[in-house]
Amino acid sequence: MAIDKRVSSAAEAVADIGEGAVVMISGFGGAGFANSLVLALRDRGVGGLTLVVNSATHPLSQTHTLIEAGLVRKVICSAARGRGAELSPFEQLYKAGKIELVCLPQGTFAESIRAGGAGIPAYYTPAGFGTDLGAGKEVRRFNGRDYVLEEAIKADVAFVRGDVADRFGNLTFRHAQKNFGPAMATAAKLTIAEVRVSQSEPIAPERIELPGVFVNRVVTA
Amino acid sequence: MTPLNRQQIAWRVGQDFENGWLVNLGLGMPVNCSDYVRDGREVVIQSENGVIGAGPLASANAADSDLVDAGSRKITIAPGGTVIDSAWSFAMIRGGHIDVTVLGAFEVADNGDLANWDNRIPDKGPLVGGAMDLAAAAKEVWVMMEHTTRKGAPRLLRACTLPLTAPSCVTRIYTDLAVISRDAEGFLVHEIIAGLSRADLQARTGAALRFADDCGVLAAPDIAEKD
Repeated sequence: MAIDKRVSSAAEAVADIGEGAVVMISGFGGAGFANSLVLALRDRGVGGLTLVVNSATHPLSQTHTLIEAGLVRKVICSAARGRGAELSPFEQLYKAGKIELVCLPQGTFAESIRAGGAGIPAYYTPAGFGTDLGAGKEVRRFNGRDYVLEEAIKADVAFVRGDVADRFGNLTFRHAQKNFGPAMATAAKLTIAEVRVSQSEPIAPERIELPGVFVNRVVTA
Repeated sequence: MTPLNRQQIAWRVGQDFENGWLVNLGLGMPVNCSDYVRDGREVVIQSENGVIGAGPLASANAADSDLVDAGSRKITIAPGGTVIDSAWSFAMIRGGHIDVTVLGAFEVADNGDLANWDNRIPDKGPLVGGAMDLAAAAKEVWVMMEHTTRKGAPRLLRACTLPLTAPSCVTRIYTDLAVISRDAEGFLVHEIIAGLSRADLQARTGAALRFADDCGVLAAPDIAEKD
């Protein structure tokens, strides 16, 4: 049977995501949020989730809907500060001690995901050394400079937003949509891509930005 | 004396970008520096979300929600620019490929310690973004900020009181009052605005200042403050 990773809806794409799943969500600065998949997961209603998402509070991301619905146990991110003085849904739960937070330098966040998909269990980085975010982490000196040990991050599921997908799951991205998508797609057991256009015809090899081998399901949204 | 406004500080920083540099500009005040590169010089602006060669803000009819910088501003891509993914963008940052990053700050210590990510607002969540990676790994870390807090307390200190972004990383500071470099011996003043004495500048600073032999006047053209 021919390979065809396209599924008919976001609801179908997330139908087997279970309680307690670790879910990566791509998107940064307003570009590349896989919001249809996030909303479908919210509607599915499974709880105890760990989110691996750059920002827990970005106003253009629907990530907050999962948090507001009480489905999230833990967030791993580089930003969890809502805009303005009012507390965001994340901040309210965090203040109440009802949600766990791991805050990482954004480069560490990205590299830990990359490492997770690349078979590297841990690595040393200069970012965070001598700061609150490096506190308690193993330090090692290389060539006269101190580095902290950071561990890889893997996930059960990754949500990625792309532009065009073909039936093989090959993806292109528009501009800054790419951000964490390629790395997250490598680091999850199941990667679901939400795209503007999906087509049976293969994307030209030189146009493909993420090979379909890292993508399991494609949904148009 | 007339302190520089924020656009004028950005102008002063922009004057010091060398031709061909790869420059990362922090959110807030620093992103304006790219408007003030000297004629005849061309720099490549890196935005940590992966835009390499970030151009000016997009006009209303060209704005594209997929083409944004790390501050969610709808931008353009400059000639020769491209977009890479976040892991690669931070490999670029962490790998020491950025010639200079210009960051805002709450405090800078005379040993180069930088505090710019956590001003301890009660109950607000943390927001670190790429600041620690940039501060730890750019070839040069320049800070632009007001010389003192709104209450008049110094921001240039013997030791930071707020949580650090990275230890011993800042090499230059551009404020509304002065241009200062930082080396193993501490702060060295290169320019002061007209009408402010060395003693007055020292009084607004929480660490000892040295003054360069050729210490001159910090002046900028009239530029209106933007919103």
